[in-house]
Amino acid sequence: MSAKPKLYYFDGRGKMESIRWLLAAAGVEFEEEFLETRDQYEKLLQSGSLLFQQVPMVEIDGMRMVQTRAILSYIAAKYNLYGKDLKERALIDMYVGGTDDLMGFILMFPFLSAEDKEKQRAFIVQKATSRYFPVYEKVLKDHGQDFLVGNNFSWADVHLLEAILMVEEKKSDVLSGFPQLQAFKARISSIPAIKKFLESGSQRKPVPDDKYVETVRRVLRMYYDVKVN
Amino acid sequence: MSGKPKLHYFNGRGRMEPIRWLLAAAGVEFDECFIEKKEDLTKLQNDGSLLFQQVPMVEIDGMKLVQTRAIMNYIAAKYNLCGKDLKERALIDMYVEGLFDLNELLMTYEILPADKKVQHFANMMDKAENRYFPVFEKVLKDHAKDFLVGNQLSRADVQLLEVILMADEYKPDMFSKFPFLQSFKARISAMPNIKKFLQPGSQRKPPSDDEVVDKVMKIFY
Repeated sequence: MSAKPKLYYFDGRGKMESIRWLLAAAGVEFEEEFLETRDQYEKLLQSGSLLFQQVPMVEIDGMRMVQTRAILSYIAAKYNLYGKDLKERALIDMYVGGTDDLMGFILMFPFLSAEDKEKQRAFIVQKATSRYFPVYEKVLKDHGQDFLVGNNFSWADVHLLEAILMVEEKKSDVLSGFPQLQAFKARISSIPAIKKFLESGSQRKPVPDDKYVETVRRVLRMYYDVKVN
Repeated sequence: MSGKPKLHYFNGRGRMEPIRWLLAAAGVEFDECFIEKKEDLTKLQNDGSLLFQQVPMVEIDGMKLVQTRAIMNYIAAKYNLCGKDLKERALIDMYVEGLFDLNELLMTYEILPADKKVQHFANMMDKAENRYFPVFEKVLKDHAKDFLVGNQLSRADVQLLEVILMADEYKPDMFSKFPFLQSFKARISAMPNIKKFLQPGSQRKPPSDDEVVDKVMKIFY
């Protein structure tokens, strides 16, 4: 196993994207193996590398880690992006839980029918602007600091930036009522490791397209209709 | 706020049950404030107690914690139920996340309308028998200790027992092919804090009956 973490997933965002973001934010170089065929996936299954027969899977520090949250928690703790004590960690976990729920609504978006996509777009924007963004706007306003938790860059900041950018792809002016988040977005985007990740040529994946959807369906044999919440 | 953690949820399992299990396993007494009707939830939302307008919410150590994972991470870390180092924690987290996925299937079954239940049940049992329980059977067999990770009780053991018992309620004969899970179940159930939680009169909640499901629908939907 190489010294660099190795990511096993499709060549697209899905559940692996938050992991790419966090590794990038931590300044950790990583390799990727993209699943393109059913055959590859079955080989991976037979090799016993996937604890619950699912990807994401990340080879890191001698482990074959699965389960997105487990992988993210490990990386955050290892690279000091998880707060300085239990209470800061609790705050980070809460904030990440919120952005995770929000990004979860976007995760299934590419797999929806055209009609359901429109409904879901509205749903995403409504939840973002009425439930989630106001929370982070208030957190930043109340403590007046650069980062969400403990005056230090953490996993929560990375995750929120990722969520903001994803929602903006659904509605470009979605931050118009949120001045703190606008400033936050500019600030975090300019952190060198993040800035690099946001440049073209990085390992950040683009908005999922039909090719991505087709690959996932083919590899996972996931041919059923995906419905909205 | 009193010294004891205070749980805000409806009087049923749902997403709060793993939290009750964890507190009980840690030997921590807790109070519960049950949401009986929509107004109870609205009141909590309006007074700013729920960060994302949702329950579970647990008042603990001066915080109003929401998000099941955040709550459980805090309790597990505070009471030393997440392993002795980062690598043990990584294993525990992997197991726990798998168990959350299975718990999600078991939990949502209860509130599904009758016409969706049959298919969901089949899928849920299939996943339990073929995806999740074989993993933990193998871990116990290979690791050959009393617990899933390292040499001490962790949140993974507590959550696995919880899920075994839930699956047991649906299909007890499933476990005939999992001898290590059977002995694990007996062993962990016999630990004093767990044993107490398994006795009638504890704060452990029963499976939701129609009355509870009805109430949940009225409160949340």
